[in-house]
Amino acid sequence: MRHFLLILALMAAPAWAVQPDEVLDDPVLEQRARDISAGLRCPVCQNESIDESNAGISGDLRVKLRERLVAGDSDEEAVQFLVDRYGEFILFSPPKEGANLVLWLAGPLLLLVAAGVGFASVRARAAAKGPENLSSDEQARLDEIMRS
Amino acid sequence: MITEIGHFALILAALVAVVQTAVPLVGAHKGWRSWMVLGDPAATLQFILVGFSFAALTYAFVVSDFSLRLVFLNSHSDKPMLYKITGVWGNHEGSMLLWVLILALFGACASWFGSNLPVSLRARVLGVQGLVSVAFYAFILLTSNPFLRMQAPPFDGQDLNPLLQDPGLAFHPPFLYLGYVGLSMTFSFAIAALLEGKVDAAWGRWVRPWTLAAWLFLTVGIGLGSWWAYYELGWGGFWFWDPVENASFMPWLLATALLHSAIVVEKREALKAWTILLAILAFGFSLLGTFIVRSGVLTSVHAFANDPERGVFILMIFGGFVGAALTLFALRASAMEAKGVFSMVSRESALVANNVLLAVSALVVFVGTLWPVFAEMVLGRVLSVGAPFFNAAFSPFFVLLSLILPVGAILAWKRGSLRKALTPLWPMAVLAVALGGLAFAMQTGRSALGPVGVVLGVWVVGGAAVDLWQRTGRQGIAARLGRLTRLPRADWGKFIAHSGLGVTVFAVAGLMAWEDEDIRVANIGDRWQVGIHEVELRDVYREEGPNYMATKADMAVYRNGREVAVVHPEKRVYPVAEMPTTEAGIRNGVLRDVYLVIGDPQNAGGWAVRTYIKPFANWIWGGAILMAIGGLFSLSDRRLRVAAGATKRKVAPTGGVPAE
Repeated sequence: MRHFLLILALMAAPAWAVQPDEVLDDPVLEQRARDISAGLRCPVCQNESIDESNAGISGDLRVKLRERLVAGDSDEEAVQFLVDRYGEFILFSPPKEGANLVLWLAGPLLLLVAAGVGFASVRARAAAKGPENLSSDEQARLDEIMRS
Repeated sequence: MITEIGHFALILAALVAVVQTAVPLVGAHKGWRSWMVLGDPAATLQFILVGFSFAALTYAFVVSDFSLRLVFLNSHSDKPMLYKITGVWGNHEGSMLLWVLILALFGACASWFGSNLPVSLRARVLGVQGLVSVAFYAFILLTSNPFLRMQAPPFDGQDLNPLLQDPGLAFHPPFLYLGYVGLSMTFSFAIAALLEGKVDAAWGRWVRPWTLAAWLFLTVGIGLGSWWAYYELGWGGFWFWDPVENASFMPWLLATALLHSAIVVEKREALKAWTILLAILAFGFSLLGTFIVRSGVLTSVHAFANDPERGVFILMIFGGFVGAALTLFALRASAMEAKGVFSMVSRESALVANNVLLAVSALVVFVGTLWPVFAEMVLGRVLSVGAPFFNAAFSPFFVLLSLILPVGAILAWKRGSLRKALTPLWPMAVLAVALGGLAFAMQTGRSALGPVGVVLGVWVVGGAAVDLWQRTGRQGIAARLGRLTRLPRADWGKFIAHSGLGVTVFAVAGLMAWEDEDIRVANIGDRWQVGIHEVELRDVYREEGPNYMATKADMAVYRNGREVAVVHPEKRVYPVAEMPTTEAGIRNGVLRDVYLVIGDPQNAGGWAVRTYIKPFANWIWGGAILMAIGGLFSLSDRRLRVAAGATKRKVAPTGGVPAE
C-alpha cells in the first residue's frame, strides 16, 4: 500500500510543460510568451527550455514571464527581468556582445577563411601543369618498354 | 564462471591486440612478409575473444546475475527480455565493451575482405586498427571494467533508465557505434597510407567502401535517435542540439565531406592531402564525441557517466591519436602531391565547395557545443548555447549546400561549363520557385521557412532526378528508359541519397513552420477541433505493465466527422527507477501526424491534454532512410565489389564520366 501511495505521489508530482491553467486568454500575448519561453533554458534541467520542461521552477518562470507580458513589458524587458534574477545561463541564445562575438562570428569568419583557402587551391590546380611531362626515370622506363 | 572466462577473454583480446599492432607494423617497416601476414589471424582471434567476452556479459544480463555490479546497477528481474539484452550497452562499461567489439569487427572485416590490398598496406591498416583497440582495452580494463563482482549480491537490481527501455533507443547505440567506430577504419587507412608514403587513386577506391559503410550506419543511428526523441520525449521535438546529439552529428558531417572528397581522389587523384586530413579529423571527432558523452563534461540528458578519471583517459586517447596522426601528416605532406588538373568550373571545384561548407558547418557545431565549457573555464561566465543559436548559425550552411548541390552534381569533371550544366536544370528551378510561391500563397501569416523548405526540397530532389536522366544519353525516350535500369548502382545511389537530403531539408522546414498545437483541460467525452481534425477523449484508466504503472487514455481522431483512428497516449511511472515517462499516442499520416499526449488530472476535474499537428514529420526520417539506401546502392556498386583483385591494376583509375 505504501508503495502504491508513493506511485500516486510521483504521478502527481511532475507538471508536464505548459499547463492549461497557465495559458493566457489573449492569443497574441500567449504566442509571444510561447516564443520567448522556447528560448529560455530551464535552470535545473539538462538542455530543456522552460516551454518543454516539467520542472516546477520552469512553471514558475512561465507564469512570471506571462505576468510581465500582461503588465505591458516588451519582449526584451520581460527577458531581462528573468535574466536579472536567474543569470544569463537561462538564455539559449547567448547575447551578441563581448567575448560571445567570437561564438557568433565563428561561422561566417571560418567560412570566409575556408572559402579563401578552397578558392586558392582550386586556382592552383587550374593553373598547374598536368602530369604530361614524364620524369627522367619514367622516360627511361618508357624507352625501355618501347625498345623491347 | 562464465563471467570470469569472459573477463579473461577480454584480457587475452587486449594482449592479442598488442601483437596485432606491433608485429605487422614492424614487419611492414622491415619488409618481412611473414611478420606482415600475422595481422590477419590476430585480427580474427581478437574478434573471437572480445566477441566471447561480450557474449559472457550479455549472458549475465539475461540470467540477471546480480552478483555482477553492472547488472545490479542497470537491470531488474522484471524487465522485459529485450531490454535485459539491450541493457548490456545501456550503460557506460557495457557500451565501451560494444565499442571494442565493433572495433575488432571492423579490423577482422578488413582482414577478411582485404585480400585485394597490397600486403604491406593491409598489415599497416590492421596494425593501426590494433593500436586503437589497445588504447580502448586499456581504458576498459583500467577504468571501466564491466566484469566487477559485488561482495554481497543483492536480491534485485536497480533497473535500467526507463527512457532507454524503448525499441528506438535500444538499437540506436549499436548503429551509432558502427558509424563512430567505422570511421576508425578510414583513420587506419589514412595512417597506413601516410606510413606507406603513397596516396593514389587505388587508395581512394579502397577506403571508400569503409567510409560509405561508416557513414551509412551513422545516418541510421542518428535517424533512430531523432525518431525516438520525437515519439518518446512527449512534445514531438526531433532534434535538440543537445551536446550528445552534436557529438554524433559532427562526425556525420565530416564523414559526408570525406565521402565526397574520396571520390575526387579516386577519379582524379586530387585533394589527397585534404582527404587524408578529413579521415583523421572524422575519427578524431568520433573520439571527441566519445569523450563528450563518456566524461559528462557537458552534462545532458544522455550523460550516464560522470567520472573525471575516465574523461581524462579518453582525452589522452584523443590527444595521442590525433596529435600523432597530425604530426605524421605534416611530415609526409610531400607524398601527397596532387596529380589531377581541373579548371575553376568543374565537378572537382563543386566538391571542394561541398567540403568547405560541410567542414565549416561541423566546426560551427563544434564551437557552439564547447563554448559553454570555454566560457566557464576561461571567462568565468556560466552561459548556455542552445537551439536558437544553432538554428541561426548552422542552417545557412545547409541552405547553401542545397542550392549548389544540383549544379555541382551535374557539372562535368575536369572542365565543365556552367551554361551546359544549368540548361537541363532550368525547368526544375522554375518548378521549385513556383511550388514555393504556391506554398507561400496558401499559408497565411506564417514565417517564410516553409516556402523556403519547399523550394530547396523540390530543387534538390528534382535536380537529382535530372542528373540521373542526363546519364542515360541522348537517344529516344525508350532507349533512355532502358539505359536507366542499366546505369551503375553508384549513379542510383547518388540519386537516392541526394533525394533523401532534399526530402529531409523540406520536412524539417515544413514541420518547424506549419506545426499546430492545442493545450486544454478535457473531460471524458469532450470533443474538440484542431486544424482539420477533431479529437475526442473517450476514457482514462490505470494499467499495469511488467515493470511500470501507467495512466492510459483512449482518444479518437476524426476527420470530416468520420473516425480515422483511436490512439492510446500513456503516462508511465517506473517505480524502481522512480521515474515518469510519456508515451505519446500518434496517428501517423503521410502529410501529417496527429500527436496526442495525456497530462495530469486537474483539481477541478478533467485532464490536461495536448494535441499537436506535426506536418511531414515522417518525411524527416524517410529522408534519412533514403540517404542510407542510397549509401547501400553505392556500396553494392560493381566497381567497389569487384574492384581491385588481380585485375585491379589494369583498371584505369579514371573510370566513369568522360571529361567533356
